Amino acid sequence: MIEIADLVKTFHHGSVNEVLALAGIDLKVKKGDFITVIGSNGAGKSTLLNCLAGSYGIDSGHIRIGEQDLSHWPEHRRAALISRVFQDPLLGTCAPLSIEQNLAMANRRGRIHGLGKGVRRADRELFRRQLKQLGLGLEDRLRDPVGLLSGGQRQALTLLMATLIRPQVLLLDEHTAALDPKTAQQVLALTVQLVAENHLTALMVTHNMRQALQLGNRLIMLHGGRIILDVGQAEKAEMRIEDLLQKFYSVRGEEFVSDRMMLV
Amino acid sequence: MTYYAFMGALEQGFAYGFLVLGVYLTFRVLDFPDLTVDGSLPLGAAVSAVAITAGIDPYVSLLLAMIAGFIAGAVTGILNTRFGILHLLASILTMIALYSINLRVMGRPNMTLLGKSTVLDPLINSGIGVFNAAPFLFGLLSILGLLALLWLLRTAFGLTMQATGANPQMITSQGVNTSRVIILTVGLSNSFAALSGALLCQSQGAADVNMGVGTIVAGLASVIVGETLFGCRSIGRALLAALLGSVVYRLAIALALSFKLGQFSITPSDLNLLTALLVVAALTLPRLRRKVWRR
Ligand SMILES: Nc1ncnc2c1ncn2[C@@H]1O[C@H](COP(=O)(O)OP(=O)(O)OP(=O)(O)O)[C@@H](O)[C@H]1O
Ligand SMILES: [Mg+2]
Repeated sequence: MIEIADLVKTFHHGSVNEVLALAGIDLKVKKGDFITVIGSNGAGKSTLLNCLAGSYGIDSGHIRIGEQDLSHWPEHRRAALISRVFQDPLLGTCAPLSIEQNLAMANRRGRIHGLGKGVRRADRELFRRQLKQLGLGLEDRLRDPVGLLSGGQRQALTLLMATLIRPQVLLLDEHTAALDPKTAQQVLALTVQLVAENHLTALMVTHNMRQALQLGNRLIMLHGGRIILDVGQAEKAEMRIEDLLQKFYSVRGEEFVSDRMMLV
Repeated sequence: MTYYAFMGALEQGFAYGFLVLGVYLTFRVLDFPDLTVDGSLPLGAAVSAVAITAGIDPYVSLLLAMIAGFIAGAVTGILNTRFGILHLLASILTMIALYSINLRVMGRPNMTLLGKSTVLDPLINSGIGVFNAAPFLFGLLSILGLLALLWLLRTAFGLTMQATGANPQMITSQGVNTSRVIILTVGLSNSFAALSGALLCQSQGAADVNMGVGTIVAGLASVIVGETLFGCRSIGRALLAALLGSVVYRLAIALALSFKLGQFSITPSDLNLLTALLVVAALTLPRLRRKVWRR
């Protein structure tokens, strides 16, 4: 239901610094797919997600979700269909506004933000119930500014906000990379839970190869702006980290050792 | 300071209160340094003066002034968001353009309203006293303006205004077109500045094409004075601080003007220097206070 066809993206077009970040990506994502995305630094993973979300315009190719061709939609319009969690925990929430105000904005994603009351009483009940499932005690702090929360709490809140209105696709770009290991585990568990509960379609970029193999039902590997590996559930279950490393090795030669790839 | 000077400062403080609320909206909420107000304040005065001279009701002339101010601000917003011109430069361009436009609106550099009716007439006729009418009416109006802004900032749209200033990436991912929010908010801010201009011209009895010079610095000084003295923990508190800051700022100026030391006295031409010093003082005061506390 999501179709990416021959997607090309260059930066600094026509200058000496020209970078071909996406060199023709073809990808068909089925409804309910949970795809993990791996690849070395500069492979084009973030660029792919940014092009999907509309943060970057594309040079050529097509992006379709269902019947709609959103190749040239502006970012804010795509937000009705696509939600995302960034690597930077500060990026997904608005620090001076309260938890309930942030949730209220997310609860209107892709709809009209009009002159009605920002946070209504009925919303608060919903927010409390939703926050409770995070198990962070945030349900008692609805009016606290988000800026008071820790990075992990903010990322958990961002995840909740991204799924409050069910997106057609959820984009996660190394969303646990900036957290300490324990918090990262919690946020990851929450991710898996939310994706499963809401039967979401998701693309998750990660540098952790064990995660990439364990989670989701499909794995793609990017290199030089191309998809160089695309394996489904069955094949993925058979794969070991060594097999992925082998694949890296074959395209990157000796370089891979210096990569920030995590081996465990 | 005499009673009349005091009431005069209150009158100015409340009249400029709208401008200061508008400056708070752009500088603090939207994080958009907007200098358009130097042009939109006299624009409001010009529109109001011309309208009243043409026989239009003074209160309706306020509305017309606000519409004109809104358009001026929206132009700045459009220059910034649609044409990609840096916000500061975009606002300077509109401000410069407004100088010519204001001259066109009035047809001359200044206009007097002598003998014309103003928004103060009903009050003066009620016998409240000529010197009390303006502070009373402008105080009332500016509190209404504050409440209206407070209401707006708490609506769903108001949340997007705040978020556009604090985290544009976040609010874009919630499906909000930040360009639209910027255009509307800068427009609103300048409609407030124009309203200040209209009130001032009616209470002073004249509109002048040069009355906007330094508006932004005075507005910013008022915002900072307010924040320093009254805090800005919640949005309601911050709005109130801005309005009170405007009053305190005008009182401080009146006080300075009544200052005499032998042959030396402060003249209106010294006010720019004083305002700059005031802003510096307000900015360094919190740091000083912290130092004293530590001891
Ligand atoms: N905004 C930008 N301007 C210019 N070049 C960019 C920009 N964003 C990415 N690039 C370039 O595009 C290429 C792909 O970058 P991208 O960020 O997509 O890689 P990535 O796979 O996400 O890498 P990482 O694992 O380091 O996050 C890189 O060569 C990068 O330098
Ligand atoms: Mg990246």
